[in-house]
Amino acid sequence: MNNLDRLDRRILNLMQNDFPLTTQPYLDMARKLDISEEEVLTRIQAMKQRGIIRRTGAILDSRKMGFYSTLCACRVKEEQIDKVAAIINAQKGVTHNYVRDHYYNIWFTLTAPSQDEARKIIKNVEQIAGVKILIMPAIKTYKIKVSLNMGENNED
Amino acid sequence: MKTRDINREIIRFVQGDIPVESRPFASLAERLNLSEKEIVERIRDLRDQGVIRRFAAILRHYNAGFKVNAMVAWKVAVADADRVGTIMAGFDEVSHCYLREVPAEFGYNLFSMIHARSTEQINTLLEELAFRTGISDYMIIKSIRELKKVSMEYV
Repeated sequence: MNNLDRLDRRILNLMQNDFPLTTQPYLDMARKLDISEEEVLTRIQAMKQRGIIRRTGAILDSRKMGFYSTLCACRVKEEQIDKVAAIINAQKGVTHNYVRDHYYNIWFTLTAPSQDEARKIIKNVEQIAGVKILIMPAIKTYKIKVSLNMGENNED
Repeated sequence: MKTRDINREIIRFVQGDIPVESRPFASLAERLNLSEKEIVERIRDLRDQGVIRRFAAILRHYNAGFKVNAMVAWKVAVADADRVGTIMAGFDEVSHCYLREVPAEFGYNLFSMIHARSTEQINTLLEELAFRTGISDYMIIKSIRELKKVSMEYV
């Protein structure tokens, strides 16, 4: 499995679920895993280089930061996808954007300092790209927790 | 520097990628003229206030072996959404679950994001979710191509 050995997978699970918020987090991780801090750092560095770890840091609550966010979708002709995607991607608050297998084939998320600001951005994209955008903000959040279970107990 | 400005600097630092070194907060502490302990305490405060939802590593799903992801939209009566959302949130493979305001003509209002190692695993999970919630009207909105994926820069 991507040549991740059991220790790598234990490190990944720990970093995803129980990252120590201390002045020397990697030392604390090392103690928990019963290895040296050097080994923790080397392995994390390697997994970043291999593109397994995207980043380590805070996941902020957009609402508590005073921001508005929404899911958006639009229907675009196949041959226009790249052109429209470039217009959408150029917006600073667009964090995720995917071509999807659906009647609406482009789906993206937009985060903006206010609802008004978001509306302005959407209207602007609609005008430049010549598309109609569906706006689907969350009313209730039941879960936001991306944690991929790396299966550290598997022997493979 | 005022507390607000210090927190702003801290958020600017932690919204990105902290350095992989023994004392990752040392450079920030020096710049803000605080101790590393004070920095960590402030990060913890922000977490306790819920401004920081979590402090963790974020993996690239695909490279970590989770080759398939599906956005699944379920048609749920708004009055029933809390029950359904709570059941779905209990599954490890469900990373996000929201009730959304959607145009009436679309109608699928409860969104769940699922990460799995294979399409078979997704299908099995969907059957289980449908069985456990009693909701059978759903659509899988699979991603074909990633166009953009970044972390939000708030400050």
